[in-house]
Amino acid sequence: MNTSNIRTAEDIVIRFSGDSGDGMQLTGTLFSDTSALLGNGISTFPDYPAEIRAPQGTVAGVSGFQVHIGSHRVDNPGDYCDVLVAMNPAALKANRRWLKRGATVILDGDSITEENLRRAGFATTDPVEELGLAEYNVVVPAITSMTREALAETGLDHKSIVKCKNMFALGICFFMFDRPAEHAEHYLTSKFAKKNPAIAEANILAIKAGHNYAANTHQFANTYVAPAELEKGTYRSINGNVATAWGFIAASEKSGRPLFCGSYPITPATVILEELAKHKELGVKTVQAEDEIAGICTSIGAAFAGNLAVTTTSGPGLSLKSEALGLAVMAELPLVVVDVQRGGPSTGLPTKTEQSDLMQALYGRNGECPAVVVAASSPSDCFHYAFTAAKIAMEHMTPVVLLTDGFIANGSEPWRIPSMSDYPTIVPPIVEEAPEGGFMPYARNEKLARGWAFPGKEGLEHRIGGLEKDALRGSISHDPANHQKMVRTRAEKVARTADYIPEQEVFGAEDADLLVVGWGGTRGHLHTAVEQLQREGYSIALAHFNYINPLPRNTEQLLRRYGKVVVCELNEGQFAAYLRQEFEGLHLEQFNKTEGQPFTIVELTEKFSELLK
Amino acid sequence: MEYKYTPADFKSDQEVRWCPGCGDHAILNAVQRALPEIADALDIPHHKFTFVSGIGCSSRFIYYMRTFGFHTIHGRANAVATGIKVANPDLSVWVMTGDGDSLAIGGNHFIHAIRRNVNLNVVLFNNEIYGLTKGQYSPTSKLGKITKTSPYGTVEKPFNPGELVIGARGTFCARSIDMEVMLTKECMVEGAKHEGMSVTEVLQNCVIFNDKTHAMFAGDKATRAENTITLRHGEKMLFGAARNKGLVFENMRLKVVTIGEDGYRLDDVLTHDAHCEDTTLHTMLAAMKWPDYPVALGVIRSVEDAAVYDQKVAAQVEEVRATSRIKCVDDLLRSGETWEI
Repeated sequence: MNTSNIRTAEDIVIRFSGDSGDGMQLTGTLFSDTSALLGNGISTFPDYPAEIRAPQGTVAGVSGFQVHIGSHRVDNPGDYCDVLVAMNPAALKANRRWLKRGATVILDGDSITEENLRRAGFATTDPVEELGLAEYNVVVPAITSMTREALAETGLDHKSIVKCKNMFALGICFFMFDRPAEHAEHYLTSKFAKKNPAIAEANILAIKAGHNYAANTHQFANTYVAPAELEKGTYRSINGNVATAWGFIAASEKSGRPLFCGSYPITPATVILEELAKHKELGVKTVQAEDEIAGICTSIGAAFAGNLAVTTTSGPGLSLKSEALGLAVMAELPLVVVDVQRGGPSTGLPTKTEQSDLMQALYGRNGECPAVVVAASSPSDCFHYAFTAAKIAMEHMTPVVLLTDGFIANGSEPWRIPSMSDYPTIVPPIVEEAPEGGFMPYARNEKLARGWAFPGKEGLEHRIGGLEKDALRGSISHDPANHQKMVRTRAEKVARTADYIPEQEVFGAEDADLLVVGWGGTRGHLHTAVEQLQREGYSIALAHFNYINPLPRNTEQLLRRYGKVVVCELNEGQFAAYLRQEFEGLHLEQFNKTEGQPFTIVELTEKFSELLK
Repeated sequence: MEYKYTPADFKSDQEVRWCPGCGDHAILNAVQRALPEIADALDIPHHKFTFVSGIGCSSRFIYYMRTFGFHTIHGRANAVATGIKVANPDLSVWVMTGDGDSLAIGGNHFIHAIRRNVNLNVVLFNNEIYGLTKGQYSPTSKLGKITKTSPYGTVEKPFNPGELVIGARGTFCARSIDMEVMLTKECMVEGAKHEGMSVTEVLQNCVIFNDKTHAMFAGDKATRAENTITLRHGEKMLFGAARNKGLVFENMRLKVVTIGEDGYRLDDVLTHDAHCEDTTLHTMLAAMKWPDYPVALGVIRSVEDAAVYDQKVAAQVEEVRATSRIKCVDDLLRSGETWEI
């Protein structure tokens, strides 16, 4: 390698894109994991179509994986890319608008066929010219045929060989950013060890061939991104769905209650169920239910029986679960419902991100039916909020809705592994034996939580259900005054959890000219945008919310302190509407987007500087 | 262990609020009599009995039992009960449900609980009507039934619950009549002893909205003797006050014969094999309809099947726990690829 030619960069954004069967998600994951192992800051953004094998060669069928690596902590996947790997003309066309000026484009030359150009909707035979890429560093290596050549001796069939072209492209990128291939090799070897070791070898050979090709031609700059200066510790790469699953397992360990998850597969939440199903060694029981309703109902049953019960879903599934969620509110059982939000309404955009289930989480049930709502902000802090949601659910005997979204669920980042000794013990109000005078199922403690007396405990036999309860005995009551009392008690119980959550923090000055307000999965983008403007001398601050219902105790005072407040969310203004309802007379600007895509830093900084004018 | 419970040990302090004359009273009576026997036979202490119900008249049942009870939402009792049983397989979990609850709104959970063979005891009260909403037709109402929502008669055919259970390869299927308290009790005891899901359909009379719907074959003792057949494993399929009628298998069909007539002898009459894994004959027995056939009562099917869902789930946890290197969450967090900074 010509080391004298290496330039260094603090940030690099690479986007891998191709047909949805081209293996772009794997290619991107291998690149980002390799970089994470080198100590870079990482943020990833898988962006793929809803179809498993969408129509080949079409713009709609393009699957992308963007990875942002940095020599510092990285908390967003980047708006625009420095390098675009496009396995066909459609991928180039679909991602044209995400290219940084002067970016490097690597397009598989073998894919420029009349048929592919037609499918991608090009009018001419020169996609580079047609897309106005003259000023860009466009390299058009014959990736498919070079892969074929390199693997000719493997004895594999044509189809299997061509499938390795994504690894050839990965090899090129490994050269460009000076990454070792060990992690990828190790991954491929173990993945195909049993099934087909020859495939593993072929893929590894393709990485080498791509690397050699890039090293031998002088078309690629060699760029080095130094490791980030991160806090000392043991790190791993983690995505939001796995972190959510692990947060629940941690809460199970800290509470001593076995973990139960009844769930039904739904994009983009399924990975949580898959991950939990793996960890039977830690006592996790999973039921893949017959539908969304059975998912939550089996969990409610498990909660009644004394387990830490969770159910996982996305927007349409939350709609189906709403009646049962009401039962959990009425029966006052601990339960966590995870909603990995996606674009809606209805089936909407299953693989795209959005924050439009907030109102559904807060209010989408019959009757006065309060539940705690919390939201996680990044892939790794899904762990913390899953743990916290479970803690609140069990200690306060209430259902909790945990909102994440497709972006943080699928995205990954390096995570400094915590020690479980740093996490608090969870102490649910379990009733072991009947007190003198008999057990009263709806007697409450200082948190207003009722006792958790599960079947199998002698002398605690009692009946609960969805009918209104007598405020103490728990038997059916149609008494008007009792209903009034119970409605307000259930609301007060949820409101009182505010005493057990941290106050809202602000990033930036208390007297900034503009306060940016966000919640949930947009933190990375909002934080980067606000930080950037602060560096440029703007008077701007960020309050990013994780506790939605109840809001932290200092929320009103905090919001009223700022002259100008803008609420940014990936919906049409649900959090803003909620804040207005909670705090009368609050004037809020809004910045909303429902494109199924995360915010970009550029659009945020533009909006904020305009508001600061 | 001998607990020597009495039915009174299972009676709650709640006033029973079903209509006077409702068949549910008799079913409550049967269950409260069955539990002491089940407790002793299977060594189940009082605090391990858990009753779950959905919505409907039958679902009020749990309030009248001095056991753990969960009155859930319409149609979902089988799903909630599955969760309870998987979470704690030690419990004796009972589902009290009706034809609307389990065969209409909860049909999906019902068939899937059967398919999984969760070790639940389901008692399906079949009165062929929606009682709690005051008289609309149900999925078991007879074709042409006139109700408030079918003023000109229904135009849809009913389910036969037994066929549905066996069709889903249920491992235990029984049928009783509300008035036959001892038979209902016997079915409860057999169902509880059965490892796997047991479904006992109880033909129940709704005195207000569907009075005498089963009366043609079940009205009184004499009618029942001639028009129903109580099946017992290993016994000849005989019925009639004189025990002279029987079922034979001819031309791939069941046929009612009278012993001593047309050359039929006792030897020709079928012997009930409830333990046969093949579903064919059980389905035929469950499907027998009055007046062509006597209505089958008793345990129609009781098949041993090692694949009991809640037990399998628990066993997998133990198997994986025994071999995994991950023993705690700290191990989990450090599993796979990590790096030091």
